[in-house]
Amino acid sequence: MINASELKIGYDKKVVVDGFGFNIRQGEMVSLIGPNGSGKSTVLKVLARLMEKMGGAVLLDGADIHRLPTREVAKKLSILSQYNITPPDFTVEELVSYGRLPHRKMFQLESKADREIVRWALRQTKLEKLANRFINSLSGGERQRAWIAMALAQQPKVLLLDEPTTYLDISHQLEIMELLNTLNRELDLTAIMVLHDLNQAVRYSNRLIVIKEGKLFMDGAPQEVLTAEMLRSVYKVEAEVTINKQIGKPMFMPLGLAFGT
Amino acid sequence: MLTGKSRATCREVNTRLIKRLMVLVAALTLLVTAGFLSLRFGSVRYATADIIGSFLGAEGSTAKVIIMDIRLPRTLIAIMVGANLAMSGALLQAVMRNPLADPGLTGVSAGGGLSAVTIMLVFPEMTRYVPLAAFGGGIVAAFMVYTLAWKRGIDPIRIILAGVAVNAILGGGISLLSILYSDRIQGVLMWLNGSMSAKSRFHVSILAPYSFIGLIAALLCINTANVLQLGDDAAKSLGVRVNLARILLSMVAAFLAGISVAMVGLIGFIGLVVPHISRLLVGTDYRFMLPVSAVIGGILLTLADTGARTLFSPVELPVGILMAIIGGPFFLYLLRKGGAYRV
Ligand SMILES: Nc1ncnc2c1ncn2[C@@H]1O[C@H](COP(=O)(O)OP(=O)(O)OP(=O)(O)O)[C@@H](O)[C@H]1O
Ligand SMILES: [Mg+2]
Repeated sequence: MINASELKIGYDKKVVVDGFGFNIRQGEMVSLIGPNGSGKSTVLKVLARLMEKMGGAVLLDGADIHRLPTREVAKKLSILSQYNITPPDFTVEELVSYGRLPHRKMFQLESKADREIVRWALRQTKLEKLANRFINSLSGGERQRAWIAMALAQQPKVLLLDEPTTYLDISHQLEIMELLNTLNRELDLTAIMVLHDLNQAVRYSNRLIVIKEGKLFMDGAPQEVLTAEMLRSVYKVEAEVTINKQIGKPMFMPLGLAFGT
Repeated sequence: MLTGKSRATCREVNTRLIKRLMVLVAALTLLVTAGFLSLRFGSVRYATADIIGSFLGAEGSTAKVIIMDIRLPRTLIAIMVGANLAMSGALLQAVMRNPLADPGLTGVSAGGGLSAVTIMLVFPEMTRYVPLAAFGGGIVAAFMVYTLAWKRGIDPIRIILAGVAVNAILGGGISLLSILYSDRIQGVLMWLNGSMSAKSRFHVSILAPYSFIGLIAALLCINTANVLQLGDDAAKSLGVRVNLARILLSMVAAFLAGISVAMVGLIGFIGLVVPHISRLLVGTDYRFMLPVSAVIGGILLTLADTGARTLFSPVELPVGILMAIIGGPFFLYLLRKGGAYRV
């Protein structure tokens, strides 16, 4: 589905990601984790052709994503960035309806099918009641859900999410993660997300990719990746990792900062 | 299932749409009224009957000659130029995602200004080529701004800075020429402050087709302008080629401003303020904001021009002064009151 190899990315002359690569199959739920400034957002932007790369390649279904017509990419792939802006008086429904843009011809009007899909996206994100509210009058979490709804209206096969749950309370965090899980199961949606909550990353993805200082540090199943050793060398944190009996996956409890690493 | 609550919100949305359409209708009505006033008032005042008469016949009367051949062309030019400049500003504010963007920023005014002034002062025998030179100079300057701003893509801040720099350089050129040829400066001053005097049907027939093309092009930009408001990343994710979009929208804006500068000289204020007035009235959605901007631009310039030639008749004021006096307070009133949109 998405194949990245030998990625070299930088801002101006400064290289921030080097020799990064992975291969993601259809239907995988992948979490990209790593400390602040390690290059997660940068990698995600290049995967979504929002940013040029200095070297390497990103293939979407075998074709170079930076050469494909951008509208064609938009029908298959959507990215939700870490920071978003909206004009103050766009309503939730208006915002979500922009998700249909890549599927319409240049000056074609919204069709009945488009409106159906917008309603579906609003329903999935539990925003029906807020459909006519201005985005600016919403809480941070509701706003985030509106943006996710827009990405869903795009009906992508791959969804890239940069910290989709950062502004949300725990219940809405879980709602978003469950929603992604459902979409993954029912529509075979592939998701690549940047998450800071490692326990959630473990819980909701079938693969973790760890990036440290712009380099691939580890790539594998959650139980292989989430270890005390990884936490020490990547995050400089001493932690206890246990297998949670209820969900059968590892969980970690930070004990303190690691010294002498 | 449509609950009572969601039916209520449906009504809310419809009210918003109705309100927006009402603003558009009201603005169009006001435009017709302003046009009518501009036909009535001038060095001679005409009654409503004279105006209706000249439209319907009354061959050979002085009233008909003055109204149809002198005032009507001037009114039509004011409406078209006002609309063009307002749409140009509205598009550029979307391109730069900056509320202070105006047509001058593309370099069109300064470039048009320098080439027009050069002809008027240095080669006065070629004065009839002023419109052509002004348009050409404006487009060349806009090209300069965008070339300077290009660096692996086009960043709004770089356009703004390049625009400011190019404006300063070309503006310096205008000042230098004005000083070197200070004996001939009179005619140039009027042009530099924008003037719709001495416009005939001939001028209308030149400006109209270009304005029509500009209008259609601007309307085709509406969707893109809206998406650009969601930020570059979101726009790209939706399959918009952001750099290309910025350039196309800027080209349309430069064209609209260029034909206006070529026809009437430099007129500030409209391109900057009218989009904001429109935004305060109907909100940021370009489907409504752009057409309303065009109409309000037409109203404002028509009223300002009528005032400019009647208030201190027979002395004619530069239209820019009147525009600031009429438009400024209205803008401040809306700003305080807050409208569909709070700044
Ligand atoms: N626009 C930019 N210009 C220059 N350097 C940048 C820019 N954006 C990010 N960087 C640098 O690139 C590196 C990686 O940044 P990136 O935003 O990808 O980190 P991240 O892993 O997403 O961090 P966070 O967890 O804080 O979001 C950082 O060192 C950062 O300083
Ligand atoms: Mg980040």
